[in-house]
Amino acid sequence: MSATRSGNSRPARKKAVPTAKGAAPTWNPNLVVFACNWCSYAGADTAGVSRIQHQPYFRLIRVMCSGRIQPGFVLRAFEKGADGVLVSGCHFGDCHYVNGNERAVEQFKKTMDVVKLLGIDEGRLRLEWISAAEGARFAQVINEFTDQVRALGPSPLSNGRQAADVPAVKGVAIDG
Amino acid sequence: MAELAEAARATKAWACYDCGKCTATCPISRAGADYSPRRHVLATNLGQRETILSNGTLSMCLTCSSCDRRCPAEVEYTPLVQKLRELSFREGVEPECPHGGSLQSVMRMMAAGKASQDRLGWLSPDLKVEPAKGEVFYWTGCTMYYDAFFPEFEVNTLGGTKAAVRLLNKLDICPVVSADERCCGHDLLWNGDVKSFEQLARHNVQLVADSGAETLVVSCAECVRTWTVDYERFFTGKPPKIMHMAEFLAERLGELEFKANGTRKVTYQDPCRLGRHLGVYDAPREVLEALPGVELTEMKHSGPAATCCAGGTWSNCDRFVKKIQVDRLREARATGADVLATACPKCQVHFRCTMRDPRLGEQINIEMRDVAELVADALA
Repeated sequence: MSATRSGNSRPARKKAVPTAKGAAPTWNPNLVVFACNWCSYAGADTAGVSRIQHQPYFRLIRVMCSGRIQPGFVLRAFEKGADGVLVSGCHFGDCHYVNGNERAVEQFKKTMDVVKLLGIDEGRLRLEWISAAEGARFAQVINEFTDQVRALGPSPLSNGRQAADVPAVKGVAIDG
Repeated sequence: MAELAEAARATKAWACYDCGKCTATCPISRAGADYSPRRHVLATNLGQRETILSNGTLSMCLTCSSCDRRCPAEVEYTPLVQKLRELSFREGVEPECPHGGSLQSVMRMMAAGKASQDRLGWLSPDLKVEPAKGEVFYWTGCTMYYDAFFPEFEVNTLGGTKAAVRLLNKLDICPVVSADERCCGHDLLWNGDVKSFEQLARHNVQLVADSGAETLVVSCAECVRTWTVDYERFFTGKPPKIMHMAEFLAERLGELEFKANGTRKVTYQDPCRLGRHLGVYDAPREVLEALPGVELTEMKHSGPAATCCAGGTWSNCDRFVKKIQVDRLREARATGADVLATACPKCQVHFRCTMRDPRLGEQINIEMRDVAELVADALA
């Protein structure tokens, strides 16, 4: 992205909402992303400081470890109308707490089983490992997941709210 | 204040003469917790709303109804707790669910009823069921959720569900098993969330009414209590005949043929909902005793005096609960029984969890089976 830049000049602010395949989205999902403090959250930070573009329709919730993400968190997100939930943590072997992410896998499996029983499409829930260095991967996962959930449409449990309904935060520009 | 006065009237709390038998009987108090049913009754009578809402002990009640049975003044403490929790929930005081609120979330999602559940995955081709209409409606309860949610406890509550359908088939009944069934709302009601409970109740009552079923057979003690007692005000036409699977089996035992497959000593855990709440003690015992090769032995506390599994309503789990469970499992082991039979999937979930205790494991481990499973195993 930065290859086209020169000096201090910033490119003109483009459309704030990057879209999949260039088409204007008719609907944008509400996503909840759980990220561990040590890897995935830092990965999101890396994406930010590297100015990598990605779709912004998610709320990032930081927890100390992906092992903390118990089924109740995910289920509550769905109960409150989230269209998709992404759980992310450190790669195996990299967990700050040695094996917290192994616990995350166990918790995730049960959560997925219950989510399927409830009739929520399994494509709405995803588990990904993103390290602190993988800013590009964070952006890629977010883009993929957003597109995936967008294709599924609103969650049957959502109340018809749209991410786009939420006013943009002043001073935060998504530059291209 | 007016609400408390109304609660006192409805549950006869006003008749309390402060003898303290409730607190002396209460398994939670006996386990050493700073918990007193008498204090709640007294606070209700005195209109001390703050005492009830603020001291946080309301969610500790197991709602096992032991105190109700002992109270000489016939105060209905368990229904009082139901009312107080409703009040408490309205004030924003919710019980702290031991599973991070997951189960309440699942129940509320069912109450919202917007997604169509995939709850019949356990049906194997040999089990014959009707999707919507029939004479007998078999109420599965949420066993498929428990098995999915507690894999680490190796619970097999679906075993009882499958066995029940097999037995109904054996009795030439093709029961209605509906994919539109939703949680009965038992736990939400006892957590005080009456609004969600009512949504579930209306849906479920309509579902069974639409099936045209005259009999509703239920495997879960909590569901059967909810259907019998708490759904009463939702029925519009003639309500179906509501029976626990054990009661249904006790009635139709003569039509089943059994063979002995080895002698097993079995002891029976009375679920509080089926026993003290509904007064069904004999039916499951008759069924178990009729099985060849099953020798039924009783625990030290059984029937109306049976100890509750202590986990009910997902509103509390602490060291006192654990103590009650461990003591109960020790009682079961002391009978020398090989199998602890029960008629409620929740008893199984809570006891199996306790058995995971790494230090006590070997002392309290015992095989747990649903009554229907044992019957199905003994089929000729």
